[in-house]
Amino acid sequence: MTAEFWVTQTFNGLSYGALLFLLASGLSLIFGVMRIVNLAHGSYFMLGGYVGLSVAWRTGSYVLALVVGALVIALVGVVMERAFLRRLPGQTLGQVLMTIGFALIFQDVALLIWGGDPYTIRVPASLSGVLTAGPGRFPVYRVFIVAVAVAVGALLWLALDRTRVGAMIRAAVDDAEMAQGVGIRVPRVSLGVYALGAALAAFGGVVGAGFLGVYPGLDFEILPYAFVVVIVGGLGSLPGAMVGSLMVGLLDNFGKALFPELSYFTLFAPMALILALKPTGLFGRV
Amino acid sequence: MIDRKVVAGAVAVVAAAVLAPFLSSYPLTLLTQVAIMAVLAMSLDVLLGYTGLPSLGHAAYFGVAAYAVGILSTERQAGFGTCFVVAIVLAGIAAAVFGLVAIRATGTYFLMITLALGMVVWGLAFRWVSMTKGDNGIAGVPRPDAGLPWNLGAPLPFFYFALAAAVLAWIALGILARSPFGLTLKGIRESESRMRALGYNVWLHKYLAFVIAGVFAGFAGVFWAYYNGFVSPVDVQLVTSVETLLMVALGGPGTLAGPALGAAVIVFLKNFVSVYTKRWLLILGAVYIGVILFAPRGVLGAFRSSHR
Repeated sequence: MTAEFWVTQTFNGLSYGALLFLLASGLSLIFGVMRIVNLAHGSYFMLGGYVGLSVAWRTGSYVLALVVGALVIALVGVVMERAFLRRLPGQTLGQVLMTIGFALIFQDVALLIWGGDPYTIRVPASLSGVLTAGPGRFPVYRVFIVAVAVAVGALLWLALDRTRVGAMIRAAVDDAEMAQGVGIRVPRVSLGVYALGAALAAFGGVVGAGFLGVYPGLDFEILPYAFVVVIVGGLGSLPGAMVGSLMVGLLDNFGKALFPELSYFTLFAPMALILALKPTGLFGRV
Repeated sequence: MIDRKVVAGAVAVVAAAVLAPFLSSYPLTLLTQVAIMAVLAMSLDVLLGYTGLPSLGHAAYFGVAAYAVGILSTERQAGFGTCFVVAIVLAGIAAAVFGLVAIRATGTYFLMITLALGMVVWGLAFRWVSMTKGDNGIAGVPRPDAGLPWNLGAPLPFFYFALAAAVLAWIALGILARSPFGLTLKGIRESESRMRALGYNVWLHKYLAFVIAGVFAGFAGVFWAYYNGFVSPVDVQLVTSVETLLMVALGGPGTLAGPALGAAVIVFLKNFVSVYTKRWLLILGAVYIGVILFAPRGVLGAFRSSHR
């Protein structure tokens, strides 16, 4: 094991964690406000990647792919929340079955539209290439992903911590009934948060399509990662999603590099350990 | 008083047994599949219906047993007895280990943890290629020679074999549900704090229910491996776990016969739809949503009344 191995793998883990943060922060926020276990969240990631792919094909613009991918899936999220999920408040099993139903439909629709081949979104020339520093080689695109995740994390934190809307969301997370009682329109907050979560996942999907690619089955492959992140970090907690994403990214990467056949064990065993010590996750309160 | 659901279930079993010799092989294999899936659905019912624990990783124990049978019977040429015992014990061990982690959690956390634990097994099935052959799966699992005078390679004897196993599991779980232990589980489903105040060891009851459910899921997994002749990561994936949840929810949790009926509906639906169209995932997804939106309260009634 050379220094190069450790530097490269650590960086790869960091950048994968950054991508997971985009996905899991939305899942965590949605859960915090609505208490919904959203099994369609991985589908938003995949669909975002596919929509971004089509936009990139038509227009050749990567930025447009990011924006349109996120907006289209936010719209899908709005329809799902308003027309379906809102009818099942507090029914955990019903929500699980409904969101998995949507996930199956999305999977089949994606197969129908984009076929079974894997695709990669072509990233701009300024984001391709490799930086070299000391023993490490850092692909520019992965550096970009880390930067994007840091920016999104900072924006989310500022929005939640420093704005009026953020205060409303935090109030709804803490106690939806009391929030409603003091005049916050919780259903509208829920809708907004759900759309934001779906948009973040889709945004992550477009970013991820630049190096993971996008392919059938990506939805159910990425979903457990998002779940482990929020389980480790604590449901509904933004710092939890940050720390959880980093941990999962690093664990997954080193697990795959060091013990390829048992890589899922190296990811899930620490999760089990954390839960045994702290059943609500590192930053969870409920 | 004899439960009407038990009578209906017994009539269905007898009808299937009487009609079986007159059926061609395709409906017969479907009925065999129903018998096996009914055991899986009933095993989940112990958790979801009787204890109020919605597990999202129930395919794990089913899959552990199926893989044990697959590996032992192809690589070691092990007989039915060895495979059966090892598979059930392994499924039980998996449930005992996972239960230690999962039972600490309640509500949504329980859902998410069982999902993640189920993915551990899926991950092993998928990545531990030297043991499980990865995505290719284990093919060529021979039909068992259980020391019976009939050749279980033929569809009809194997159907009776699977049906007998399903009836045995039904009786065993029925006795369990009506025992003081089963009644305690129902008490926990209705109010955990009340049962704790009454002096019951709630954790132990939930844990045992979890392990028992895992063992019976393994029981179904053994027959599934023999029925299919093939074991692959599909058997342990999330969609299989959720499909089992749907069977229980569709048939009515906490009734045993209901989830078995749910299993029959889903198996027939899946097979018939996939004959007519390639878009069966789309239709299955619509069924999930339709069941939740339009099924009367009765379908999910038992679960709804116990949670909020």
